[in-house]
Formats: sequence, structure tokens, C-alpha cells
Amino acid sequence: MTGDKMKEPLLSVRDLVVEFPTRHGTLRALDQVSFDIGPGEVLGMVGESGAGKSLTGAAIIGLLEPPGRIAGGEIRLRGARIDNLSYEQMRRIRGRRIGMVFQDPLTSLNPLYTVAQQLIQTIRTHMDVSEADARKRAVALLDRVGIPAAARRIDDYPHHFSGGMRQRVVIALALAAEPELVIADEPTTALDVSVQAQIIDVLKEICAERGASVMLITHDMGVIAETADRVAVLYAGRVAEIGPVRDVIQHARHPYTAGLMGAIPTLEQTSDRLVQIPGAMPRLNSIPTGCAFNPRCAHVFDHCYRERPVLRQAAPQHEVACWLTEEGGA
Amino acid sequence: MLAFILRRILQSLVVMLVVALVSFALFRYVGDPISTMMGQEATIADREALRERLGLNDPFIVQFFDFVSRAVQGDFGISYRLQQPVMELILSRLPATLELALVSGVLAFVFGVGFGVYTALNRRGWLSTTIMSVSLIGVSLPTFLIGVLLIWLFAVELQWLPSFGRGEVVDLGSWWSTGFLTPSGRASLILPAITLGLYQMTLIMRLVRAEMLEVLRTDYIKFARARGLSNRAIHFGHALKNTMVPVITITGLQLGAIIAFAIITETVFQWPGVGALFINSVRFVDVPVMAAYLMLIAVIFVVINLIVDLLYYAVDPRLRVERAGAGH
Repeated sequence: MTGDKMKEPLLSVRDLVVEFPTRHGTLRALDQVSFDIGPGEVLGMVGESGAGKSLTGAAIIGLLEPPGRIAGGEIRLRGARIDNLSYEQMRRIRGRRIGMVFQDPLTSLNPLYTVAQQLIQTIRTHMDVSEADARKRAVALLDRVGIPAAARRIDDYPHHFSGGMRQRVVIALALAAEPELVIADEPTTALDVSVQAQIIDVLKEICAERGASVMLITHDMGVIAETADRVAVLYAGRVAEIGPVRDVIQHARHPYTAGLMGAIPTLEQTSDRLVQIPGAMPRLNSIPTGCAFNPRCAHVFDHCYRERPVLRQAAPQHEVACWLTEEGGA
Repeated sequence: MLAFILRRILQSLVVMLVVALVSFALFRYVGDPISTMMGQEATIADREALRERLGLNDPFIVQFFDFVSRAVQGDFGISYRLQQPVMELILSRLPATLELALVSGVLAFVFGVGFGVYTALNRRGWLSTTIMSVSLIGVSLPTFLIGVLLIWLFAVELQWLPSFGRGEVVDLGSWWSTGFLTPSGRASLILPAITLGLYQMTLIMRLVRAEMLEVLRTDYIKFARARGLSNRAIHFGHALKNTMVPVITITGLQLGAIIAFAIITETVFQWPGVGALFINSVRFVDVPVMAAYLMLIAVIFVVINLIVDLLYYAVDPRLRVERAGAGH
């Protein structure tokens, strides 16, 4: 990639392939996934369970669970490849340059250490500061993520905090060493609906303040619509569509995206049943040839069975992997 | 916290009373002590006189109360066999057993945790596989066989270590004799300590390994990795500490088991401890010693359990809150 037409992306993923060798052959969980995240940008990543959203995050931060492995493609952070680094080199990037927020705040924090201990340890792993300075930073961070009386509560254990408060602590931990990119893997799924919006706001605000980019993994289109600048739609380990949020939501080009949007209930809607896409996502060992979505697609035609569509530009910055777009024109 | 300790002590007292009942029942149901004590030629009148003198004709409750009140004062009567106060006998043998149990307990804990962590972190290494296979021997071979094998190898064939006894001991204070201070005392400890601790070591090792593998799969370890913490901090700080919570319980109970089951090892190595004393007492139906031994083991288990409960508090902050909340 000689990407000099735009500003250099912070993170660039090209043709990423993740495979799981099993006894019954190799499963391809991610198949030639490509996308960029610009500096300060929030990229939403949506798709059904098993579409490969979390796997993409794990691959980027280098924490794929064995036997899963990156079998192809490359991941670049500010132009430098990070997918082929040693464990130790990658360790220095984790937390320092790429932070990660996990789904369940109840299990993300070590129950036997105080919040202060966990924060200070993380800060001092990556930054050359004294214990006292690290503590000051930790208190400031907690304060920033909205923990009341942070200076006092910092010495509490995780079980002293509610779910929402714990997720704030998790965010503080992920941001402790001021990473350039934060991967948030379903950060609100395990939370009470009433605090979900607050957590997303906190995450978005702090990242905006610090100029950090965010990769927001979720299956909640509402969250994406409110938070993300661009959105990538994953289906069966492939990118179906990627583009600016407004564009994708209002003018979905891929029938799968259109189906997803149709499944969101609206206030005006009067029908009794929610619209849903017929069928289920194929299992990894039986992905059909051609377009992976062809068994469920209402607009399927012969080309879809023969050849796999690749991402093509359908509108400015808006790419779609669908033969309809290809042949019908944008 | 204080309320909790008091409650536990009260429970312990109930346990001790039940054990006292069992040990007291020994007097009444394990043979007739009079016939053991007096031999064949004694007349019936002599027997009845002794029976009366020892209070054996009193009602059950009176005898039991008498037994408990004297036991509390450390008086378990006179050994039928050795004609010495039982408490004196046991106290003179206790240091040997406690030193042996301490050394094998420490060995079992240190090597058990060490090997457990190693095999959990290097699951597929050849050394781990070897350790795991060898540990099967430790779990499955009976203690006396291990002891005999060790004696054969290190005492008979190689002649590196003594095969029996405590070696030279040094008296510390009025009743504690220690084998730690002389070379022969230390050499004598090695084989019995290994024999006694091997099973416990493999048990702790397998427990630590299983717990550690479990902990390494948790979200907070994943999150710790995602924060770029060093492997050392993750494995020995975050993971090991969480692993230790259940390990502490088992280790504590095993320490009690080590003291109680020292009987076999002490017999194999002719170790002059309370276990050997107990076995000899069983042979001669020396009921006062048997009863006192039973009480002693019960006290040890109860005390260890109490310590384990307190250690829980030290390790797991979640307990501190819940108990405090329940207390108010």
C-alpha cells in the first residue's frame, strides 16, 4: 500500500486471515478482512455472534487463543507491521499503544488486588514514573472516568464497585498508559441498559480528548449510530460493507446490512413482527462458495454462487462486497 | 472478625467434646483393661479392688465428666503398659513427630507449588510430562512401600543416609528435643520426610496445576495480558495469588493428615514419635495412650482448620467484606 492519497491511517488491516487448525481440517474464521482506522477515528464493527468481530480485535492485539493463528495478511500500526512481532515486542505495544476493553467488567478485574494496585502496576509497566506519580495519575484517571471520590475509592477492591463503575475502572486501566488505539470489545453488553449510554459516552469523550482512535466492537446498531464515524459490517469472517455510519445506515448497499437495519425496531413501526433475515449464519466449516451470504439473500442471482465478491467502492469512502452493486451500478 | 473467631472456637469446642466422647468410649468397649493390667494369676477379689480403685464401677456420665475435666488439665492418666503419665509420654515423643511433619509439610508445599506452577505454565514441555508421570507414582504407591524402597536405595545400597531412628538429638528447654542441630539428626530426617511428604506433594502439585490452568483462562488474566503486563507479573502475581485460595485449604488439611498419618512412616523408620507410640499402645490395648492420641490429633486438626480460615481472610478481600457485613 502506498497510501499517500489520504493521511496515513493509524491502524491498517490488509487481507487478514485467521485460521483454527482442527482435527477435521482448518477452519477459516477470518477471511481476507481489510479496513483502516484513521487517527482519532471511531470505527464501529458490527455483525452477528460468530461473525469474527472479537477475533479481529484479538488478532490485532496479538492475543488469539491457540490454536487460532494469523495465516495471512498484515496488520500495520502507523505503517509498521505488528502481526509478526515476538511476544515480548508485542507485549510492549499492548496497553501502551493499543488498549483493550473487554465485555464483562465483573470478570475483567482481578478480585484479589485493589484498583490502585492494578492501575499503578499497569502505569509503571509502561511508563518510567515513581510509585507516587503513578498513584497520582491513577487517581486522575479514575476521576476522569467518573468514579466519585476517586482518591478514596482507589484503594477499594473490585467487588466494592457496581458493574457500571467497574467498567469505568476497566476503561481507566485500558487507557492508563495512553494508547493510540482502544479496542472496545462489546464494552456495554454485560451492563444494565441504563448505564450503557454513560459508559459509551465516557469512552468516547476520553478517547476524543486524547486523540485516541477506537475500534468499537458491538452488535448494537444503536450504539454504532451514536458513536462511530465509520462502520464495518462483518459476515462469516468477511467484511460485507464498510463506510461512513450515516451512509451505511441510510443507504445500506449490501442486502445483509439492509437486513440488519430492518431488524431494528423503530417508534413509527406498526407491524407486529420484527423483520428478520431468514436462516442463520453458516458454520465455519460450511461456508458456501461464492458470496457467503447467498443462501439467505433475497436478491441472489447466479453470479453470487460462482464467485466471491470483493470490496468495491460504491460511493465516496463507502465500500461494498456484493455483486448487486457491481452489476447494478451505484 | 472477632465474632467469627469466637464462633469458630465455640464450634471447635463442640467438635472436641464429641471426640472426647469417642476416645472415652474406648475405655469401656475396647477390651477390659483390668485383665490386661493384672495378668492371669490375679484373684477375682484383687481384680474387683483395682476396678473400684480406678473408678471403673462409677456411672458412665460420672466417668465421662471425670475424664473430660482431667483431660482439660492435661491429665490422661497413667499408661497401662509403661506405668508413666500419658501426657509426659506424649510430650516426650511429640517433638520428633512435629519436626518430621514440619519438614515434610514444607517440602510438600514448596515442591508441590513449584512443580504445579511449572507444569501449568509449560504444559507441553518434556519436563512437565515427566513430572506429571512421576507424580502418578507418588499418588498411587503406598507410603510404606515408598519408605522401604527409599531405605533400600539410599540406606542399604548407596549407604548415604541412615535407615532408622532420629540420629543425635539436642535438648532444648525442659521437654523439646530437636534433631535439627546435629548432622546425624538432619540426615536422619531426609528419608522419612520424603516418604511422608511425597503423597502430599503430588496432591498439592496436581491441585496447583489444575487451579492455575483454570485461572489462566479467566478474563482478568486476559485483560492483564491486554494491558501488556510482564509474564512474571501475570503468572506469579495475578495468577498464582488466585490459585492459592483453594490450595491453602487443602494444604492445611494435609498438614493435619501428615501428623496423623505419620504412624506408618514412623513405623517404617522406627521414628520415636507419637505415631510409633500409638501403634505400640494399640498392640497392648493401652487405652489411655490411645485416647490421648485421638484427642491430640483432634486438637491439631481443629487448630489447623482455624488457621486456614484466618488465612482465607488474609488472601481473599471479598471474604472480609461479606463477613463484616454479616456481623453488623
